[in-house]
Amino acid sequence: MSRGIIATIAIIVLIVIMGGCSYNGLVQQDESVNTAWSKVQSDYQRRADLIPNLVNTVKGAAEFEKSTLTDVVNARANATSVKFTADQLTPENIQRFQQAQSQLNGSLSRLLAVAENYPQLKANENFRDLQAQLEGTENRIKVSRNDFNDAVQSYNRKVRSFPTNVLAGMFGFSAKAYFEADAGAEKAPTVKF
Amino acid sequence: MVTIPAPFFKYLRKGLWLFFSLLSFIFTYAQDIPERPVPARLVNDYVGMLSGNEKAQLERKLKSYMDSTSTQIVILVVKTTGDYPPGDYAFEVGRRWGIGQKGKNNGLIILWATETRKLYIATGYGMEGSIPDAVAKQIVSNTLTPAFREQQYYQGLDQATTEIIQRASGEYKSEGNAEGDLPIGTVLIFLGIAVVVFIFIARSMGNSCRNSGGPGAGMPWFGPYTTMGGWGSSSGSWGGGSSGGGGFDFGGGSFGGGGAGGDY
Repeated sequence: MSRGIIATIAIIVLIVIMGGCSYNGLVQQDESVNTAWSKVQSDYQRRADLIPNLVNTVKGAAEFEKSTLTDVVNARANATSVKFTADQLTPENIQRFQQAQSQLNGSLSRLLAVAENYPQLKANENFRDLQAQLEGTENRIKVSRNDFNDAVQSYNRKVRSFPTNVLAGMFGFSAKAYFEADAGAEKAPTVKF
Repeated sequence: MVTIPAPFFKYLRKGLWLFFSLLSFIFTYAQDIPERPVPARLVNDYVGMLSGNEKAQLERKLKSYMDSTSTQIVILVVKTTGDYPPGDYAFEVGRRWGIGQKGKNNGLIILWATETRKLYIATGYGMEGSIPDAVAKQIVSNTLTPAFREQQYYQGLDQATTEIIQRASGEYKSEGNAEGDLPIGTVLIFLGIAVVVFIFIARSMGNSCRNSGGPGAGMPWFGPYTTMGGWGSSSGSWGGGSSGGGGFDFGGGSFGGGGAGGDY
């Protein structure tokens, strides 16, 4: 009889330990997704912060079509208003975020493509610096998005696989969405005159 | 007996095919990135654009900077960056090799793709402050590009590294010196240098006493030391024969997309 009790207690202890371990594992993965997400956001923010400066430089250096500039300003305002915390990352929200950002991306690359036709702008040191910073920021965004996807992948694997999925269900850890490569949006549109 | 329906095999075959084609894709993609050099070295010329002497000089310069600041500046010369944009290629190498110290992420790569005529300076997370993208761009377009157009490759790289060192100076200190616990590699290097200097002095004194070159003129035993300039053949001569090879290792630093590049 007592042997039965000991065995039961041992099994319970084992389950608790295992459950505790996988719970901690979940928390850890969740935390790394959060970190990766905040990196993504700060990189996008970095780009948004560069834009007013860019717009001013372009305005000051060359007579530019107004519409290209206002497009960028509007897209920036739109993109910075779409913000999510890491636990709001459903596929729809990620898509909204991505859409807003790629819209900004599109108008920004249009602006830069048009700027190619203004020699006085290309000779402007301030503009060249901003361009380098923007390119670097795009690279950072690419890297942090990849890192985010990696973090989500290993988190999702944990949330979905047995036995952690039981715990995940109990404590409300749900699978998170990925970034998708936005087709065409990354490429600069061709400018015709 | 359990019979397996025919479609199962069809799917299995399809799945296997997909799996292997994916595997081969990943494999070929990954193959473009050179393996981390063993022993670790800072000047990595996989094309042979620099002479042995030039490589040795750059290596010495970067190594001594690394010894005093722990910042790892790597020169990487490849034919092409394959399917990667030059920046992505440099970040990938930086991350895989772990250039820069862990935690500080103070690594930097000067990438030069000879066939596609691309240059890129990639900065680790910790170098983004001292070498912002705009500065990296300026170094590429104002220092490297003009020199490279004149085919003054060594001069360009020498100048660019000097600029980087000047800008990054004071940002990081080498931990080994600050805390007084010298790593065994450093001790061995100093020991090696001391031994070499001692032998050199003894030898030259001996020569002057004998007043003739004789068979010792060529100093054959001295060979391994001078081939420090001649790469590859003498990896053991670094670090006074310590098994650490270069006497250092890449520290596990990470890259996050900082830097700038251009064509020349």
